[in-house]
Amino acid sequence: MTVTPLGIPRRLLEFTLDGEPVRAPEGSTILDACRAAGKDVPTLCEGDTLTPKNACRVCVVEVEGSRTLVPACSRRAEPGMEVRTGTERARHSRKVVLELLASSVDLSTTPRVAGWLKEYEAKPDRFGPDAARVDEEPRVDNDLYVRDYGKCILCYKCVDACGDQWQNTFAISVAGRGFDARIAVEHDAPLTDSACVYCGNCIEVCPTGALSFKSEFDMRAAGTWDESRQSETTTVCAYCGVGCNLTLHVQDNEIVKVTSPHDNPVTHGNLCIKGRFGYQHVQNRD
Amino acid sequence: MRKRDRSPKTYTRLTHPLVRDARDAPLRRATWEEALDRTARGLAAARGAFGMFSCARATNEMNYVAQKFARVVMGTNNVDSCNRTCHAPSVAGLSAAFGSGGGTSSYEEIEHTDVIVMWGSNARFAHPIFFQHVLRGVHNGARMYAVDPRRTSTAEWAESWLGLNVGTDIPMAHAIGREIIHSGLVNEAFVLRATTGFEEYRALVEPWTLSLAEKVTGVPAAAVRELAHAYARAERAQLCWTLGITEHHNGTDNVRALINLSLLTGHVGRYASGLQPLRGQNNVQGGGDMGAIPNRLPGFQDILDGGVRLKFESAWDTVIQPHYGLNLTEMFEAMEDGSLRAVYCIGENPAQSEADGEQAVRRLRELDFLVVQDIFLTKTAELADVVLPATAGWAETEGTTTNSERRVQRVRRAVTPPGEAREDIDILCELAARLGHDWKYPDAEAVWNELRSVSPDHYGMTYERLAEHQGIQWPCPHTDTLEPPYLHGRLWETDPERRGRPAPFGIVRHDPPVDLTDEQYPIRLTTGRRLDSYNTGVQSGGYASPLRRGEYVELCPEDAERYGVVVGERVRVTSRRGSVLAPVWVDTGLRPGLAFMTFHFPDEVDTNRLTIEANCPIAGTAEFKASAIRIEKVSASGPALR
Ligand code: SF4
Ligand code: SF4
Ligand code: FES
Repeated sequence: MTVTPLGIPRRLLEFTLDGEPVRAPEGSTILDACRAAGKDVPTLCEGDTLTPKNACRVCVVEVEGSRTLVPACSRRAEPGMEVRTGTERARHSRKVVLELLASSVDLSTTPRVAGWLKEYEAKPDRFGPDAARVDEEPRVDNDLYVRDYGKCILCYKCVDACGDQWQNTFAISVAGRGFDARIAVEHDAPLTDSACVYCGNCIEVCPTGALSFKSEFDMRAAGTWDESRQSETTTVCAYCGVGCNLTLHVQDNEIVKVTSPHDNPVTHGNLCIKGRFGYQHVQNRD
Repeated sequence: MRKRDRSPKTYTRLTHPLVRDARDAPLRRATWEEALDRTARGLAAARGAFGMFSCARATNEMNYVAQKFARVVMGTNNVDSCNRTCHAPSVAGLSAAFGSGGGTSSYEEIEHTDVIVMWGSNARFAHPIFFQHVLRGVHNGARMYAVDPRRTSTAEWAESWLGLNVGTDIPMAHAIGREIIHSGLVNEAFVLRATTGFEEYRALVEPWTLSLAEKVTGVPAAAVRELAHAYARAERAQLCWTLGITEHHNGTDNVRALINLSLLTGHVGRYASGLQPLRGQNNVQGGGDMGAIPNRLPGFQDILDGGVRLKFESAWDTVIQPHYGLNLTEMFEAMEDGSLRAVYCIGENPAQSEADGEQAVRRLRELDFLVVQDIFLTKTAELADVVLPATAGWAETEGTTTNSERRVQRVRRAVTPPGEAREDIDILCELAARLGHDWKYPDAEAVWNELRSVSPDHYGMTYERLAEHQGIQWPCPHTDTLEPPYLHGRLWETDPERRGRPAPFGIVRHDPPVDLTDEQYPIRLTTGRRLDSYNTGVQSGGYASPLRRGEYVELCPEDAERYGVVVGERVRVTSRRGSVLAPVWVDTGLRPGLAFMTFHFPDEVDTNRLTIEANCPIAGTAEFKASAIRIEKVSASGPALR
């Protein structure tokens, strides 16, 4: 009994990706296979630590024999499948999705989206200047993090991270239906009156910057946030003995935010309030 | 009382050395040269009466060098750290049973187990990310039981909460053991093959019927029975505990009582079956592994073993005292009788973290020489003759730490330390040089490689491999393979040779808390942690937590009503040792007669004035979890003494 269990061995399955034969371990998604093959498929709602939500549909690809386009982030690869990632139809669909999203929400802090808008020739302004825009002020109701729902694409990743997938606090939920659906904490309360425990795991997964560190929000407002001047160093939390891995984002010798590596066996990208926000003491330098 | 922003005293970083010219003179700024010379003189004068308080929050490398400093430079095994105030009983208990003091399982295993027992642990608050692994287990179908005097937010997730009276863990464990035996649920093959002392154990627990246990513990017999059956019948089960078990005058006995249950059922040494003591500080595990404890050399190797000593003597070119040193508690006692005259305290704050705090401060004041090496001017540092500014282990230093699942992980420098602050190892080596030992460590990795050469359990962990595998759990004796994530698989071997030393049952008896409740002190005070804060608050006070409310004494609604006090009202809390004023909070998770406080805001409410310094004779841990107190209303006009 001194052997390490390795789990069930995974077989490789074979299918065609853009005309080329590829092999992927059983259970992989089409997106996994695309990434392994070095193909860039845009994604927004996909979260590597969460179960796929299929909410945004920017990742769609064409699968031979399927009437509709399929989301690459959640569809599992099957043997013999014929997948095409860059067809006219897929590209057109992505273009429309990006136009609709970018016309209704502020994607200015969503990484890579500017590039995709250009690549797919999306024109968000063709719906007119004030197309269904969620224009609301960012909510700054505590010292740790800010909610700016004008940037929210309703991907529900924060709901999943706060709910039964990780934190199990259930402070964040969806209020309203259909077009009125929006992310809220209990009856639209300020965070400080909610069940929120400030683990910041929702910020970790939010793809658009709708949820952000107050430190980042303030620096952006002051025009001092500059990622090109930031370094990222992974170390271990100095609080309890769990040993969570922290990635310290440092600009000008100041820790400006803390994230957590998603592939880490201890944290899976999650932290508690102390690990995420309790770093200030080292830089109370007078 | 609404949650409000509480800003406790924030500490600013130490940026230059401080010295004191005379006992009553204030600390003044000094150059490194002067401070180091003064320290070297102070230490040289105290050979034979010296103690090293190493730091469970610093790196393994620093702990390695600190214990080597004590043993080689100062010729003493008097080296210890705050593990003494928390998990020393776990280490003592586990090593007595299995020969090794680490938790036996990895976090991942708890996601794949069938029964989880959380005993004396509010992991939801104290170890939140570990608790995420627990909840994965629960969502995967594991049944969870919470054994705790308080119905904590951990207990909210349990299938059943066993709210026992403080200090009755042994009766509870014995009753569970008896029930398992009487129901024929013992894993006989395992007991026969891998354990000793079963017959004695059987006789020991025989009196602990379910009904007697109900009387003593306050937990309904049916609930104890249910837990016993669920645990014993499970194919795989995990037993986890924290300070609710260890911070008692008989903490090691408590740990042994729990381990007995795993021996009875064979829930140890297999994937997803194990014992998990959750560590309170980031590197309590590593500090002990590195030999920063009075009875073990690096790699947790016993000082009394001549062969081990010889290995270190030739590696370090020194003579190692062939006896155990004093632990932290004993060092404090030795200050009292004058046999310990100088202390080198790194990153610890015993003036505020020791039980019976006033006594601790008085003893520290009596020393001939106290040097404190820290990142802040803590309450302990304020008492020092020399204060040396250090770097923060996790953000300003290269090295490793070891977490609760024995995973050694790299910590890295991300920011430049302030002012003239220097790395711990660098400072220690400067002092060693002044005292005649020229140690050359170009970097932390060189220290680590020296450790690897003397510790078989760490030999396989090169820095490169640690980075590649995102940390490696010990033991790791080879540089090309990894061991299973759990310990003691050997106990399941059929070949007695490979099975090794069997695990003895712990023959431990119930012994109620030292500080008895009576008419004068009718309330049982127990202590713990809150989610956003940490220990004496020196670190966690530095950020603006929206959850922070400051310190208060928590009572159940019935007691609050009985004393006619409301939330926010200040009351006097008095124990046989001291008295503090604190606002009231009402918590429905408490039961009548039970109060709760933390140590997070000692500058506001010094809870440790109340706690009793009754120590576990084996591990030296104090009974922080069980003091007797009384609550008095303070009239608005009355004197408000502290
Ligand atoms: S707040 Fe962020 S994570 Fe949550 S639904 Fe909106 S975009 Fe997604
Ligand atoms: S992030 Fe929280 S759970 Fe993780 S090590 Fe730090 S204090 Fe512990
Ligand atoms: S990324 Fe696939 S649906 Fe959003």
